[in-house]
Amino acid sequence: MKITLKLFATFRNGRFKVAEQELPEGTDVRQVVLGLGLTEEEIGIVMLNGRHGELDSTLSHGDTLSLFPLVGGG
Amino acid sequence: MDKIFRVNMTDLTTKIEEVPAAWAGLGGRGLTSTIVAAEVPPTCHALSADNKLVFAPGLLTGTPAANSGRLSAGAKSPLTGGIKESNAGGTAAQMLAKLGIKALIIEGAPKTGAWYNLAVGVNGVTISEEKELLGLGNFAVIDAVEARLGKKTGVLTIGPAGELKMTAANISVKDPDSKIRSHGRGGLGAVMGSKQIKFISIDGEGAPGVKIADPEKFKGAAKVFAKALLDHPVSGEGLPTYGTNVLVNILNEAGGLPTKNFTVGQFEGHDKISGETMHDTIAARGGKVKHGCHAGCIIQCSQVYNDKDGKYVTSGFEYETIWGLGADCCIDNLDDIARADNLMDDIGIDSIETAVMFGVAMEAGILNWGDSKEMLRLLTEEIAKGTALGRVLGGGAGSVGRTYGVTRVPVVKNQGIPAYDPRSVKGIGITYATSTMGADHTSGYTIATNILNVGGYVDPLKKDGQVELSRNLQIATAAVDSTGMCIFVAFPALDIPECLPALIDMINARFGIALTGDDVTNLGKHILKLERDFNQKAGLTSVHDRLPDFFKTEPVAPHNAVWDFTDAEIDEFWNF
Ligand code: SF4
Repeated sequence: MKITLKLFATFRNGRFKVAEQELPEGTDVRQVVLGLGLTEEEIGIVMLNGRHGELDSTLSHGDTLSLFPLVGGG
Repeated sequence: MDKIFRVNMTDLTTKIEEVPAAWAGLGGRGLTSTIVAAEVPPTCHALSADNKLVFAPGLLTGTPAANSGRLSAGAKSPLTGGIKESNAGGTAAQMLAKLGIKALIIEGAPKTGAWYNLAVGVNGVTISEEKELLGLGNFAVIDAVEARLGKKTGVLTIGPAGELKMTAANISVKDPDSKIRSHGRGGLGAVMGSKQIKFISIDGEGAPGVKIADPEKFKGAAKVFAKALLDHPVSGEGLPTYGTNVLVNILNEAGGLPTKNFTVGQFEGHDKISGETMHDTIAARGGKVKHGCHAGCIIQCSQVYNDKDGKYVTSGFEYETIWGLGADCCIDNLDDIARADNLMDDIGIDSIETAVMFGVAMEAGILNWGDSKEMLRLLTEEIAKGTALGRVLGGGAGSVGRTYGVTRVPVVKNQGIPAYDPRSVKGIGITYATSTMGADHTSGYTIATNILNVGGYVDPLKKDGQVELSRNLQIATAAVDSTGMCIFVAFPALDIPECLPALIDMINARFGIALTGDDVTNLGKHILKLERDFNQKAGLTSVHDRLPDFFKTEPVAPHNAVWDFTDAEIDEFWNF
């Protein structure tokens, strides 16, 4: 399956802003996070198709996954 | 001992008074709101001699406590018609606190057309007629006052917008770099203009400083507090690196970034105006990525933004401004937005109200969507010059909506709704609706919990838990706004258990008292109720605790969310 993976803030350093990813069926968010060389603790916000997701959320074909470190405040 | 400095602009006299016992335990917002509620007739015209402009440093301002240098300004607001407290950084708060000034109260209004300046010093306030600096922008006023009175002088000033008594006018505060921070919201610059005061200078010479009752205990608590600020990922790393503008991309992903005057929740040009892009641009042009609005700020969410040639354009360049002129006006040119930010500082007009106003002005057809050049022209040629059109624009979003017959006008209590769509981030909608200040995100920042996973998580798209979340945050914020603390200390306070007790310990050590957590919560509740009581007497009732109709009838993409709280559900807020 294909998903769109978007990275924000410091997660972009040495990586990318947005990329299409080919993943095996049943992949969850945690596997994507670890695959990027990030740790669970570093993840501030997971967004799956514009809604808050969990590390355990299972991905489906066509999903957009956005990962943010803990940042922000206005 | 701390004193109250009182200035009467009707008979041009000044007084130094003892602090009444009832005010002794108050500072910042708690004190400005108490004084306004006690001394200003709620039904008075906000620009009349009956209104009073009150400045008060917070309970911890002037101490070595991190991030404690914020100044509260209060009055009846000419924009909302209700009570107003607006707080800002800059150098003034710490100078006033060290001079032992608990509050500066400015009352009355001159009987002639003459304008004045106030000079505040250790021996009191001097009123002098001012001619030379009238009509000047805030940057020129600060330069001139420094040339007259010395580089260290503190300055509170109004620009042309305040002189013209525009209801979006703000009060500028000199920052440590002789640039500007603002008491932005609610038109307090117009109140200062109605008193015919162009600027207030502060001379710190001979200031006795702030006495701490138990220095050892204070030191210990201050250390724990500072550590919590630096340890939390938001205040310790996120804010200093990307500033508040990191929110552009987050809100865009969440579908809560109000775009094209609140018709959509995502903006195509988001990346060009994002915190990430801004960070790289600032770094490449030799600006400053992090910067504090006052000495003692260790979070440093501010920054200095330079142009292509490395020349200063603006600082304190906030998410709300960038969102408003950017997404809400469909402008994706960050350099033009930065220039507009600088112009708004100079003219002395609130950058949130003005940004929301431009979205309404575009809807009204006064200028085209995305036309940043015309926006800059309207700022310099119409608003700054006080033309008839400029005065309509300078009255804010509500003023333009009324004048041009626009129905999609994002305001509550006539104050512009900032940077988070209340349909897709419902907690903040409760804050906008119920805040005593009019639409104000800072008064109960549910974004922390709705979007940023700070202090837990409450789903932004559902109604459950939002009223309680907003209530708890508004109560806590009213208390924090009384300490002189920057509201961003709330991020560590929500997540790190030692943070809030350390803050209370610092207050206790400063005054030699023994407040508990409950006392602080009760103070927050008391302030909100006092402010609401003033508003009700001024004619703002629960009927005004409502969002504009279009939020109920126009679903916002991408979630197609609508504002679906009943009136009774909103009114539950006040059940405490
Ligand atoms: S964190 Fe930002 S707003 Fe708060 S005190 Fe520091 S510079 Fe000012």
